Amino acid sequence: MINRFLMAATTALALSLTAGAHAQEPRDGGTIRYTAAYGPSFAGLDIHSTNRTQDAIWAMAVHRGLYGWDPVAKKPTLELAESVDVSDDGLVYTYKLRDDAYFHNGRKMTADDIIWTYTDIMDGSKAYPGARYIRLIKGAEDVESGKAKTISGLKKIDDHTLEITLTEPVEPGYYLNQMTTAIYPAKEAQEKGFASHPIGLGPFKFEEYVPGSRMAFSRFDKFYKKDLPHADKLVITPMGEASARNVAFRNQEIDASILGPVQYQTYSADPELSKNMVEVAEYYTRVMGFNPGYEPFADKRVRQAINYAINTDLIIKKLAKGKAYPAAGWLPPSSSAYDKSMKPYAYDPDKAKALLKEAGYGDGFEFEVIATSNESWGVPIIEAIVPMLAKVGIKVTIKPVEGSVLSESVRAGKFQAFMWSLETGPDPLAALKCFDSSTPQSACNYTKFDNAEFDKLLEQAGNEKDQTKRIETLQKANKIVYDEAPYWFYNCNKAVMAYQPWLHGLQANPVDLALQNYEDIWVDDSSPVAE
Amino acid sequence: MLQYLVRRIVQMIPILLAVALLIFVVFSVIPGTFASSVGADGRGMLDDKVIERMNEQFGLNDPVYVRFGQYVLDLMQLDLGDSFRTRRPVVEELASRALPTLRLIAGSMLFAIVIGLPLGFLAALKPGTLLDSVSMVTAVSGLSIPKFWLGLLMMFLFALTLGWLPSFGYGSGGLRHLILPSIALGVAPMALLARTTRAAVLDILNADFVRTARSKGMSEIRVVRWHLVRNALVIVLTTIGLQFGTVIGEAVVIEQLFSWPGIGSLMVDSVTLRDIPVVQGCILVIVLFFLVVNMLIDVLCAIIDPRIKYD
Repeated sequence: MINRFLMAATTALALSLTAGAHAQEPRDGGTIRYTAAYGPSFAGLDIHSTNRTQDAIWAMAVHRGLYGWDPVAKKPTLELAESVDVSDDGLVYTYKLRDDAYFHNGRKMTADDIIWTYTDIMDGSKAYPGARYIRLIKGAEDVESGKAKTISGLKKIDDHTLEITLTEPVEPGYYLNQMTTAIYPAKEAQEKGFASHPIGLGPFKFEEYVPGSRMAFSRFDKFYKKDLPHADKLVITPMGEASARNVAFRNQEIDASILGPVQYQTYSADPELSKNMVEVAEYYTRVMGFNPGYEPFADKRVRQAINYAINTDLIIKKLAKGKAYPAAGWLPPSSSAYDKSMKPYAYDPDKAKALLKEAGYGDGFEFEVIATSNESWGVPIIEAIVPMLAKVGIKVTIKPVEGSVLSESVRAGKFQAFMWSLETGPDPLAALKCFDSSTPQSACNYTKFDNAEFDKLLEQAGNEKDQTKRIETLQKANKIVYDEAPYWFYNCNKAVMAYQPWLHGLQANPVDLALQNYEDIWVDDSSPVAE
Repeated sequence: MLQYLVRRIVQMIPILLAVALLIFVVFSVIPGTFASSVGADGRGMLDDKVIERMNEQFGLNDPVYVRFGQYVLDLMQLDLGDSFRTRRPVVEELASRALPTLRLIAGSMLFAIVIGLPLGFLAALKPGTLLDSVSMVTAVSGLSIPKFWLGLLMMFLFALTLGWLPSFGYGSGGLRHLILPSIALGVAPMALLARTTRAAVLDILNADFVRTARSKGMSEIRVVRWHLVRNALVIVLTTIGLQFGTVIGEAVVIEQLFSWPGIGSLMVDSVTLRDIPVVQGCILVIVLFFLVVNMLIDVLCAIIDPRIKYD
């Protein structure tokens, strides 16, 4: 009897485990209904001409670059190459290209396609945004300026072997995984129809584009990753309006939706919706930057005082509704060089007052902040800090501007202070390069940071081949930025995506949560469009 | 009649040129360029060299008068230039968005006319009754409710709660997707039309010629058909013509909310991105549409009421 009971129990357990395993086993077929939340439309069908994340969202379906991005390992990976040999000086990369990568018209990719693509991106008359990444290759700038027709640092060894010579010993994967450097078919891309019907190497073939409404894709059977993609179709709808996205999601018309702070709070409190949310600390740090040309901000004690005077935790709790991580310096928690031992500036108005007094501003001073209306890093946040800074004698006035004006003013140094969300990854070296004294203000050294010790550390990190030592050096450099406080370090974005229970395989991508490797996503049979 | 039409069409040219100049000057004066707008959300910044090349490629480094001269020359050849963002001709961009906007405007005006006209007539024919009060409360509410909020409410009710209609999108161009945005956009003109019709009909009901007709023993149906409707129609048609302008303007909000791929959402996106050729094209098309509709209404009014002269 006992034996029979044990046997039945064991069988039941085995069956339940199998059922569980089956539930998690990817299913082929169905349609993924994805949304692009950063605007009401796409720029078009040429991903080389736009570097907006909104456009990279659809491009991830159709295109692939020489490198890809592994959101789990948080590092670039070889995508269109099987292996690479790197020279001792770290400048020459020899790639063995994939033999099984096909364009959507059935033609096999060769080294010529990569060479043509990179050369075309550097065509100065086209002003392609991806030029900033290809400039890493030796001789690329000569093509951009019209001095040469070919990039000297690109050499075809044979159809499936490519040699790339770099200008400096950096990891090219951080540059060549960008969608603005996606590989186009050399011959077909020069034909007329390409502009209206893009062909790429990605997991889905382009099918239809209704401007301002949707893009539709179908499964590409000759995709080089075995048995992928899972879904038969992919439909991406641009939906910039958060409230409309919320209704569509709850009405089960879309499968995934990026959440704003208010929705995050509502969804988190809902017992059903909260079960299906993916969160990640993206490589963006929200900051208020100080112009050292404005007298009070030339003194680091004043900048530090502002960091101490603001109750960052309270703002994150009340305004950001908990959808952010307090920033402990420049690098975000997802960064490989993030130092867990570093703590955000504590809220300490008394210390702030003491520092101001020490700096000669015991009676306070005034400054103006330019900011957009953005709910997460704009005027609403400044409005919250106004009374906090008033308590230590600092009067803040707000100058609301549009995004393009903010960008133009900050690059030109026309501000006393500004608030923005800035890219701080994935490469920590590139992120910290924004504080190198040789980096111009118009590039990304917006606070005209100039610190000899920092520059030395950054140079050391760039030359360091041992990854652990390199990270340690970058952490030291990050600590200097933290101490110098060129910014009020507000927070790092906690990106949140809600998804329907039938959607599986979403990746917590810190580069941008909206950017997904669609080939890994699948829908189970409970989806309304499972067939 | 033909002379009148030709004259009206010729009159449109200076209006369009003035609008073109105004838009051009406004966008030349305000700060920010297409290049500076890219990455303004902190995602995907451009570098200095690319910005420089973009400004050069788009002719933004040329003096304003040179750019305007070139723009007018192109305009005369019906060339609206190329979009900075998509790098495609603006005409193509507008063409791909024109049909959805026309469908939305037609849908909303149809809703406004079908509901607003009878509501106004009935309210005027039964002044002071419950029907009059209800229709006027509806009209005032329709005018006061913000379109965005109304659209959201309708989404919640008809899509989320009742599940009758899709909450967003264009679908394959069918009627189901058109209903909610059309009603949300059509409520305000419907309300105004109801109020205007009521006032016009009440005025005519008290006019001498109506009293005379009644005293001669003309039946109420004939009074309404021959005197009331014909006379009220001129005022109503003029209101409808003017409402087209309001509807096109408010379509911007509704298109954004319902992810409707029309000219309104294209314009908003283009303003944010400082895609000036597209903004100019959108505004010119909207102005042209408004002028043409009102010209047609004027012609229609003259046909209905022979007292209105073409000159």
